[in-house]
Amino acid sequence: MTQLVLFNVFNGLIIGAFYALMALGLSLIMNLSGVINFAHGGFLAIGAYIAYMLMPYVGFWGGLLLAPVLTAAIGLVVERVLIRRLYGRDPLYSLLLTFGLAFMLEDGTRYIWGAQSLPYQVPAILTTPLSRDYFFLTGYRVFMVVLVALVVGALFVILNHTRLGMRIRAGTLDLETVSVLGVNVRLLRNLNFGLGIYLAGLAGVLAAGMLGLQPTIGSSLIMPSFVAIIVGGLGSLPGTLLGGLLIGVASGVTTVFVPSASEAVMYVMMGLVLLVRPRGLLGEEGRF
Amino acid sequence: MPSIKLPRHVGDAVVWLVLLTMPYWMQYVHGYTELASRIIVAGLAAMALNFLLGYTGVLSFGHAAYFGLGAYGVGMTLRYLVPSTGLGMLVGILVGTVAAALIGPLIARLRGVYFAMVTIAFGQVFYFIAFRWNSVTGGDDGLTGWRRLPIDFGIGTLDIAGNDKAFYYFALAIFALCVGAMALLLRSPFGRTLLAIRENERRARFLGIPVDRHIWMSWVISCFFVSVAGTLYALINNFVDPRALRWDQSGNFVIMAVLGGMRSFWGPLIGAAIFVALQDYVSSETENWMSFIGLFFVLVVLFFPRGILGMIRARRAA
Repeated sequence: MTQLVLFNVFNGLIIGAFYALMALGLSLIMNLSGVINFAHGGFLAIGAYIAYMLMPYVGFWGGLLLAPVLTAAIGLVVERVLIRRLYGRDPLYSLLLTFGLAFMLEDGTRYIWGAQSLPYQVPAILTTPLSRDYFFLTGYRVFMVVLVALVVGALFVILNHTRLGMRIRAGTLDLETVSVLGVNVRLLRNLNFGLGIYLAGLAGVLAAGMLGLQPTIGSSLIMPSFVAIIVGGLGSLPGTLLGGLLIGVASGVTTVFVPSASEAVMYVMMGLVLLVRPRGLLGEEGRF
Repeated sequence: MPSIKLPRHVGDAVVWLVLLTMPYWMQYVHGYTELASRIIVAGLAAMALNFLLGYTGVLSFGHAAYFGLGAYGVGMTLRYLVPSTGLGMLVGILVGTVAAALIGPLIARLRGVYFAMVTIAFGQVFYFIAFRWNSVTGGDDGLTGWRRLPIDFGIGTLDIAGNDKAFYYFALAIFALCVGAMALLLRSPFGRTLLAIRENERRARFLGIPVDRHIWMSWVISCFFVSVAGTLYALINNFVDPRALRWDQSGNFVIMAVLGGMRSFWGPLIGAAIFVALQDYVSSETENWMSFIGLFFVLVVLFFPRGILGMIRARRAA
């Protein structure tokens, strides 16, 4: 029993790490630009498929490095061409636009790579279980958790200690003043969007190794990411991280006892948070 | 050419004339009676959403949930409880409205993007219930094993089951009742208050208007009419599946309202007509209809943000 519970907690942690990675990207974009990026799941799928295409040439490790960067590059272009036009307008429009974009990305990946699931080979060192008693601790899963932790740590270092990161955080609070101080806000938003999409692309590559590739890989992760942001508190990145991990572990634990309620539990958590603390666990009062 | 300003009632009369005669000319434009029914049902849903979106200024992206609850309500009543279309519809509307009323207090305090996100997420709850609860809802395959039944009005029976045109006029009658009620509400002091909140929430608050409570009421009214549309939707198909309450359906309603014009009363109906006809055409022509619908969303946002009626109005004013 303890093993089963541990297994599911660990599973939940992994899923939570995915949610957090997705949700952090969504949060970054929403905080600075006020855009709910519905197409985030689509970018995740693109990241996964790019890694798949690169695999024969650069192998797993190369794909892990390159695919998210290429996905981010696509994100930069999309922001430049489409999203940028909608800044400062009713959030309704950016929502609808990214919504349409999500449709196009999902259908596009299906058109190019087919609807059937494709295998994604993970190197052998990563697939062997680390311990016989805890069979679920395969190298890949531990590797994923460690990698996500490193990336999230790096993200917070970037945000807190680099010029770009500080500008992003300042812009989140008061974009107008940042602009008046001579920062190129257009470029800032562009790079910030790219950073968010990078995280989506990375989540895509990692998800491909665990779940295999299919066009709907991203759309199943987008709703929990929204819930993670709401639970953690809109506007707070540590909150988003916490929210993602919390709902992941909660749904993992629920799987042990009531498997069919594993999705419902995160929505129950969201309802409770909204009831007791509408700004979210770590959200700032009065920001939304 | 000097533009001619038509009296308002002429526009209304044209709309009703088109709706009343639709089953008789649909076939000449490659349509069919069921498509006409779909248009007014989608139109009702989009107009109901617009009560909140266009007239209260609150961005809901989760209306499909209440649409779907209405649909499942009528389907499950007919399947498990009583063979009565009318009673089924009542149950469906009740379920949708009560769910909205209960969720309302949780979201009435939120605004803008946050409101949108929370409504999306709450919408998914019902999707998962319908999807997971296989034994009762039929899960992913949908709820089958029931049909709409003729309605007995006491003085005579309306055969909505066997006759497509009869069903269309039945749906149109309900549509007319709902639309009339919405028009009356919008003209009432309550409706004016909603407009005031839309235009300047802070000022409305200073005037002593309980804003949150008004938003809650507007939300419940809007969801009530959406669940009416949902029951009709289930009756058209004699079938419901979880896609009726998924987030993409919510997005469809929003795009209908935007395409037609959020700031006009009939706009969402026009948007719905275009959207439903387009979806019907594209999905019969190509497997990649999702890309086309997605592209359509993008184009509408980039080029028709004020909607068709909004553009006409702006041109007239210029």
